Order: sequence, then C-alpha cells, then structure tokens
Amino acid sequence: MDNIAGQKSSLTWAVHISVVVLVALWLLPTLGLFVSSFRSADQIAETGWWKSLFSQEQNVVIRTEKPDQQQLINDLYVIDGNLFALDGAAQGEVSVWGTSSREISTYKAGETADLGEDGLLTVEANGDYRFQNDTEFTGSRGQRVFLTAQTPPSFSLDNYKLVLGKNSGTSSMAKAFFNTMTVSIPATIIPILIAAFAAYALAWMDFPGRALLVAFVVGLLVVPLQLALIPLLSFHGAVVEMTIAILGTPEPENLRRFASVNMLGSLLGYDPGDAVSAKGYLGVWMAHTGFGLPLAIYLLRNYMVGLPKDIIENARVDGATEFQIFVKIILPLSFPALASFAIFQFLWTWNDLLVALVFLIDSSGDTTVMTRQIVELLGSKGGNWEILATAAFVSISVPLFVFFAMQKYLVRGLLAGSVK
Amino acid sequence: MHPAIQGLMTIIIGVSGCVGYFYFSNVFLDKVLFPARGVHAGRNINRANIVRPWLFLFPALAALSLYLAYPVFETLRLSLTDRKLDGAFVGLANYKQMFSEQKFWEALTNNFLWLLVVPAMSTVFGLLVAQLTDRIRWGAFAKSVIFMPMAISFVGASVIWKLVYDARPEGADQIGILNAVYIFLGGDTPQTWLTMPFWNNFFLMAVLIWIQTGFAMVILSAALRGVPEETIEAAIVDGANPFQIFFKIKMPQIMGTVVVVWTTITITVLKVFDIVFAMTNGQWETQVLANYMYDKLFRASDWGVGSSAAMIIMLLVSPILVWNVRNARKEMK
Repeated sequence: MDNIAGQKSSLTWAVHISVVVLVALWLLPTLGLFVSSFRSADQIAETGWWKSLFSQEQNVVIRTEKPDQQQLINDLYVIDGNLFALDGAAQGEVSVWGTSSREISTYKAGETADLGEDGLLTVEANGDYRFQNDTEFTGSRGQRVFLTAQTPPSFSLDNYKLVLGKNSGTSSMAKAFFNTMTVSIPATIIPILIAAFAAYALAWMDFPGRALLVAFVVGLLVVPLQLALIPLLSFHGAVVEMTIAILGTPEPENLRRFASVNMLGSLLGYDPGDAVSAKGYLGVWMAHTGFGLPLAIYLLRNYMVGLPKDIIENARVDGATEFQIFVKIILPLSFPALASFAIFQFLWTWNDLLVALVFLIDSSGDTTVMTRQIVELLGSKGGNWEILATAAFVSISVPLFVFFAMQKYLVRGLLAGSVK
Repeated sequence: MHPAIQGLMTIIIGVSGCVGYFYFSNVFLDKVLFPARGVHAGRNINRANIVRPWLFLFPALAALSLYLAYPVFETLRLSLTDRKLDGAFVGLANYKQMFSEQKFWEALTNNFLWLLVVPAMSTVFGLLVAQLTDRIRWGAFAKSVIFMPMAISFVGASVIWKLVYDARPEGADQIGILNAVYIFLGGDTPQTWLTMPFWNNFFLMAVLIWIQTGFAMVILSAALRGVPEETIEAAIVDGANPFQIFFKIKMPQIMGTVVVVWTTITITVLKVFDIVFAMTNGQWETQVLANYMYDKLFRASDWGVGSSAAMIIMLLVSPILVWNVRNARKEMK
C-alpha cells in the first residue's frame, strides 16, 4: 500500500524511526550476550559489552622488569622491554603516561622522564620502554609506570574452547549438547508419524464420532502439561516395576531393583542388584510425543482437509488402498505441514526444561540437557558471565540456525496452527 | 550403550514399528479378517472400511488418552488424596491448606498480573510492528529480527535478560545495559531490578513479551494483509487519515484474529515456568502458579497440594478450552 495517495512524508519518517527503535530493542539483548561470549571474564566484568565494539581508553599500572634483569651497555645500566608484554595485558597504544599515581599523564608517548637519581625512563607508544642509569639499579621491584592506553577491541574463542572442551571442569556442555540432541530428534520424528496417520483418518475417512474426536484433539491442545507430571511419573514407575517383574524378581523393599534375573532379563544384559530408573530417554520421548500430538494432529488435519478431493477419489476409484493413498499421495503433498510441525516440535523439545527435569534427569546427572546446565550455571556461577553467555549461546545457536533456515515453514505453521 | 546409538536405534525401531503396525494391520484387515473376495466380498469391504479409521487412529488416541486425558482426571484424584496417608481420600484438605498459604496467593496474584500485562503488551507490540513494517521496504528484515526470539528457549532468554538487568556496585562501570542507561539518564545508584518487589514482576514479564511479540506479529500481519483493499480505498476517498483507517477500518475486521492471538498467549502465560525458575525461582515475591506447583511437587514432595495447584491452572485454562472446542465444532458443521 506504499503508493496510496495522501501519505505524508513526515509520517513515513516516523514509521521508519519507530521500526528502527523496535528492532534495536529486540536485537540488543541477544547481541549483548553474543558479544559477551567472545570476551574474557575481566573484560566482561570491567566494561559494558557495547563499549567492547570500539577501542577504549584504559588506565593501567605496569611495573618494569626487576633490577636483576639489568644489563651493562656502554657504561650505562639498562633495563628495556615492552610493558604490554610484561603484564600479559591487552595490546594497546600508549597516549600518555607517568610514574606516580598522582601524575599519571605527565609525559606523552616517546618522551623521556628524568627521575633524578633513579635514572631516565622512556616509554614509546607501542609500549617499548628503556630505563637507563649510570649507577646500578637496586631494590627488588621494577619501576611503576602508569599508562593511559588505547586498547583496540579484542575478542577470542577461548570461552567456547573452555565450555565445549572435554577436560573442562566447569561444565559438561558438550555432553549436554549430545543429550539434548538425543532427546529432541526421536521426540520430533515419532509424533509426526503417528499424527500423520491419525490426521488422515480425521480428514478423509468417514466414520461415526469423527467430529467428536476433532473436538477432543482441540480440547487437549490447551491442557497444561503441568497436570501430566505426577500421573505420568507414577505411570513410568509402574512400567519399570512391571518390566522388572517380567524379567526377574524385584527386591522386596525396592520394587525398581532386581533381586534376581531370569533368562530373558540376562539376555537383555541385566544383573541381580541392577536398579532401573523411572527416568530416562524412553520416558522423555514418550512424554514429548504425547504432549506434541494434539498440535501435530490439528495442524496436519487442517492441511490435509484442504488437499484436492479429486486426487484422492480418483485414486480410490483406481483401486488404491487407503494405505497406498496415504503413503503415495497424502504424505508427499503434506510436506509443508509436516515441515512446519517438525520445526515446532524440534524447537520445543530442544528448548524444553520442565519435561526433561521431570522425566529425564536423574540423580546421576549423566542425562542432563543444556537448558538444565544453564540453569545450574545461573545458580552456582551467577557472576561468571563468560561461561554463562557462551553456554547459553551454544544452546541457542541450533534453534537460531533452524529458525533462519526454515522461517518460511515456521510462519506457515503458525498461521495454520492458531485455533480460529 | 551410548545414548546417541540408543537414540538412533529408538528412531529406527520406533519408525519401523509405526510403519510396520500401519502396514501389517491394514494387510491383516484386508487379506485375513475381511478378504475382498468370495461370496461376502462386498460386505467384507464395507466392514473393513468401518474398522480401518480406528487402525489409523489407534496409536494417536492411545498416546493422547494416556499422556493428556488420563492425567487430568488422575491429577484431580491426587489433589483429593494425601500421599503420606497412603493415598487416603482427604476431601478438600489439600485445597484448604493451599488457600491458607500466603505463597499461593502471591503466585495467584502474580499470575493474574501476568495475564493482564503479557497478552496485552505482546498483542499491542505485535500489531504495531505488523502495521508499521507493512509499509517499508526493509520490513521483512525487521520482522525477522522481532520474530527471532521465538526460536530462543525461555532459559536462554532468561540468561540474555539477566545480563540486561545486571547491576554492579555504585561507581563501577555498569555492565547491564539497563543500569547503564539508568545512570546515563541521571539515576544515582544502580538498581538490582530483579529484587524490587512488585516491579520485578514486570521485568520478568518483559522477557515473555519479548518472546511472544513475534508470534503476535506474524499472525496479525497476515490478518492485516487479508483486509480487503476496497474498504481502505473507500476510506481514503472519504478523507480518513491513517489513524482512522487503522482504528476504524482495519481493527474491526481483524478483531477475530486479535482474540485468537490473545487467547493463545494467555495459555502460554498460564504455563510460564522456565523464566521464573531460571531468573528468580519465585524469590522476591515473583512466584507464579506453575513454579509454585513445581516447588510443591518436587522440592516439598507434597503431591496433594502440588496437584491442587495444577488443578487451579487447569481451571483457569478451561474457559479457553471450552471456547476453542465450541468454535472448532462450529467450523466443522
């Protein structure tokens, strides 16, 4: 509607400016964390992340080398080197410097300070210094130099190496990454398959109670999964107890531990004394399948209903079975809807915390997922922003990639999925 | 066994199990149970077609009933029993205990506050962005940016916003952008935003609004585009200004969609757990129902009160549930 007459240019400017403000507001928080994940702990703690994008002025105190490093050159005692190299400090460009805390900007870079009996000190812009005296330097410590230096932006991948590294004691993010993947991929594929068949039946097969079933699915769409936690945890426990009773005999005081194992049980690799947890991948896959199904069925049914009737009826007339129609015609045609739901379910299972906390993560902590690791880090290392930011970004990166790669399907799914 | 291999095997077993089930149950139905030949061929085909929908539906219905429908009733039952008394029926004792807890009322009040603010703000921002970006050339990019938080987990968003809200001691360089702006605008002492009772709720809500605006924008933007051009052109001819066009012509036509967006976000708000859990864990008077329930279930191991809290969430959701189901039935007719 750009070309509709009567648009005022001032209004157009206001629109542009407001959109810029909104975009900045939405982008800045994420950008802040992203930038922080490339900065060292000191950098994060000292200055805001927005300053790290520009070179900044810093005041630092560095000592020259100790007097025992002095050399005798042409009857002069000399200590020289580079101030930045000494401290391990960030590289920078010295603008002014001084030798006392009260006068930190007495000299410009390249100038020589006469320290009287203590000798002559020259500091160059790049941090090189030369300290010379005609008598021997004494004492055990080097001369203090107060620098005002311009440090350029500096970023590194060190945090990522630390967080994803195998030997890092800080966290097991790498493992959590694979655990998250192990949770979300089966939990995405299984419901799609089950839902596709059900959606086909609800869309194209005629049977009594169909309308009622659709209403049932729509109703379940909004049931909060909070209600399912305890009943399902008990149910998973009951399944474990039943399995143990089939594969052997349980211990009297702990029904989830084998007292003895029968032939079938030992074939499956269980030993007497083995405990079986009610929490595990199978449980979390099942839970995600159950919770994802209403949306899956609803989305797919709505899409399949819109497919052209002629194709399906022609196939029926030609003698195709319902199974053939479904596999050869409906599934390929429904690809956009399948993709939409797959993205939803993947994002939801990847980002989930509650379901994993309740159905997956046991006391051993071997099956922890990334969201859980991040919450742990938030609690125990609330101040360690470099680890937190990096861990969060490792977890966010995959959904973001999926998001930008398949935005089209996500939008389409949203439009189809909101109950009208 | 390595979980990744286990996962791969589950995918293979699960997928082939599903496909196998659907395939062989159909074959069984057509070839063995009701074969389409012999004297009863016609009758058999009809019978097979009566049974077949249920074959297709069975796995989904079983999973739905077990994982969503049954828990509603089981939770209701648990909320009326006491686990410590071996599951004895205790009537409304759990509810009474819950109503006597100050923390519950705090959670309920906060939840209502969330219900008032988050859907409203998300819808307003979503509408604003949808309307504004429709007119400009780089609108698609702007939409992408605003939509992006949808992909970020609640936990990830919590970390992102915790950095925004970070506070350093007075005099030090602020690293949280909110405090930096606050000091820049003349504020004297840096604020710890998340520990300010009452107002901290709004700082938590900002996170959810930030996430949900993209959702509102996508849906409303499609609705705005669906508004017939003639109605707008007619208004322009009649001399309406852009604000009148928006509020008097477009808004009434997309009201249905606004309600849909509003209710969908309302449901998300009622279930909000991760944000509060990760950012304040209900301290400093920020408790909400879902986190209160989690506390009761898994920290205090009090299944009775935890289930009662879950039932309250269910109760708050049910008007929307009924409304949705009625609409869906209307649409089917």
